[in-house]
Amino acid sequence: MTSQRTVAARKVLSSLFVGACALSVIVALVPLAFILFFVVSQGFQSLTLDFFLNDPRPVGEAGGGMRNAIVGTLMLTGLAATIAVPIGVLSGVYLSEYRGTRFASVVRFAADTLNGVPSIVIGVFAYGVAVLPFKHFSALAGGLALGIMMIPIIARTTEELLLLVPNALREGALALGATRARAVATVIVPAALPGIITGIVLALARVAGETAPLLFTSFNNRFFSSSFTEPISSVTVQLFTYAISPYEDWHRQAWAGALVLVTIVLVCSVAARLATARLTQLREQ
Amino acid sequence: MDTLNPPLLSVPRPSTPAAPDLGRQLKIDVERLSFFYGAKRALEDISIRIQPNVVTAFIGPSGCGKSTFLRTLNRMNDIIAGARVEGQVLIDGHDIYGPGVDVVALRRKVGMVFQKSNPFPKSVFDNVAYGLRINRMVSSRSELAGRVEESLKQAAIWDEVKDRLQESALAMSGGQQQRLCIARTLAVRPDIILMDEPASALDPIATQRIEELIYNLKKTYTIVIVTHNMQQAARVSDHTAFFWLGRLVEYGRTETIFTAPSEKLTEDYLTGRFG
Repeated sequence: MTSQRTVAARKVLSSLFVGACALSVIVALVPLAFILFFVVSQGFQSLTLDFFLNDPRPVGEAGGGMRNAIVGTLMLTGLAATIAVPIGVLSGVYLSEYRGTRFASVVRFAADTLNGVPSIVIGVFAYGVAVLPFKHFSALAGGLALGIMMIPIIARTTEELLLLVPNALREGALALGATRARAVATVIVPAALPGIITGIVLALARVAGETAPLLFTSFNNRFFSSSFTEPISSVTVQLFTYAISPYEDWHRQAWAGALVLVTIVLVCSVAARLATARLTQLREQ
Repeated sequence: MDTLNPPLLSVPRPSTPAAPDLGRQLKIDVERLSFFYGAKRALEDISIRIQPNVVTAFIGPSGCGKSTFLRTLNRMNDIIAGARVEGQVLIDGHDIYGPGVDVVALRRKVGMVFQKSNPFPKSVFDNVAYGLRINRMVSSRSELAGRVEESLKQAAIWDEVKDRLQESALAMSGGQQQRLCIARTLAVRPDIILMDEPASALDPIATQRIEELIYNLKKTYTIVIVTHNMQQAARVSDHTAFFWLGRLVEYGRTETIFTAPSEKLTEDYLTGRFG
């Protein structure tokens, strides 16, 4: 009799717990669902071909787009990648090859700290080294700020993905007379390459959505510019400017810009998932 | 037969057991080798002499040190942090742990096949060509292709892969992958081939093919094979060494070890009393 009651009580408790877990998941997903819903529903109608092909028009004039900002974001992230990919990937190789050493733990700790530094602080740093000395804002300064943000992300993902490569492959290469450097360059890095590229793409997606470090580095530009030494527009800063403006037309463009950004991040994440899954398969073989 | 493998004398020294001394060129001559993982001694005072063109099997229970010992022969243990070697390993009369030894050249000469097949995630062709390319052992593309074909034929896998050389090596079966790894090892023309349980992950038919391969390869190479499978040791090897707790307990002709071992421990292991 008592034991039956205990079983019943246990079942109730169990369902309560599972219910609470399910509820938490839903609560956690609701904001994401709302963001996606609003961005898509609001942004989609403004997302015309003009949006991609035209520069901003003066207030009050209908139409116009974010061509200058889209080109600006591409230039800024391209520059950031140029700075961060070699440094990040090579650091990642060092971290995985010399993972037991003291210096590696210091580097790892530094990378994690840098990763946690608020992006606006990195912006201030870039302002100090790349804006103040030249006395004006530039795309270079913005790219530098984004590049600094990318380095730790790329270094740590590279390290983790290299560690996923089975040790047997390294031994196989060494046993054929490869030096350590050769084994890394010809077998280990190529085996992890899809994953490393994924990490780079994710880092790009992350910095493409950054606003704060650009506010006082690349600043903004109402006009089309392809110069690295001039201030340049970016989708995020443009979005910020438009969103806080009082004009209905600009609000619509801001939504469209948000949709473009969210789409970029989403596509990158999905691609990353697929590539990592392939690498995990390789490991399990 | 007897001129190749004369009866081995059993020397009554428990830690340095029977070693054949044939008055001819030894391929591998190990003198009082000890191996440490940090403070832990994994191998104790191993002495063994291995002649050219014979197959030597290392048997013993898990953790007895047979794989560790195999890996001291091409210095694969060097990559383990805190590993240390004492004693001497002479290959063709040269101490491989001596100063100024080129480990890369050593590993080219002493090839290794691993327990789990480990083809690189590259094409079949690139796998076999890998060692030739990194060591710059060929001067033309046609020479490279020739060496790849020759190696695949030696490893008895050419007929199965000749039409899919550009396909990924990972798409092949486990047994094929292992023979590909053997081909990859043969391509750099080693003298000695170390095999660390090469068939333990394979089905009986794939295992049989590997064993036939070993039999054919010993004409050209000196082979040392670690195996868990005593029947396999009996089938493929000329000499057998029995390891126990980091020591070499008994070493001699395979028939002798399997039919009339001189050590009680060997007999107990072979009859399944432990291990």
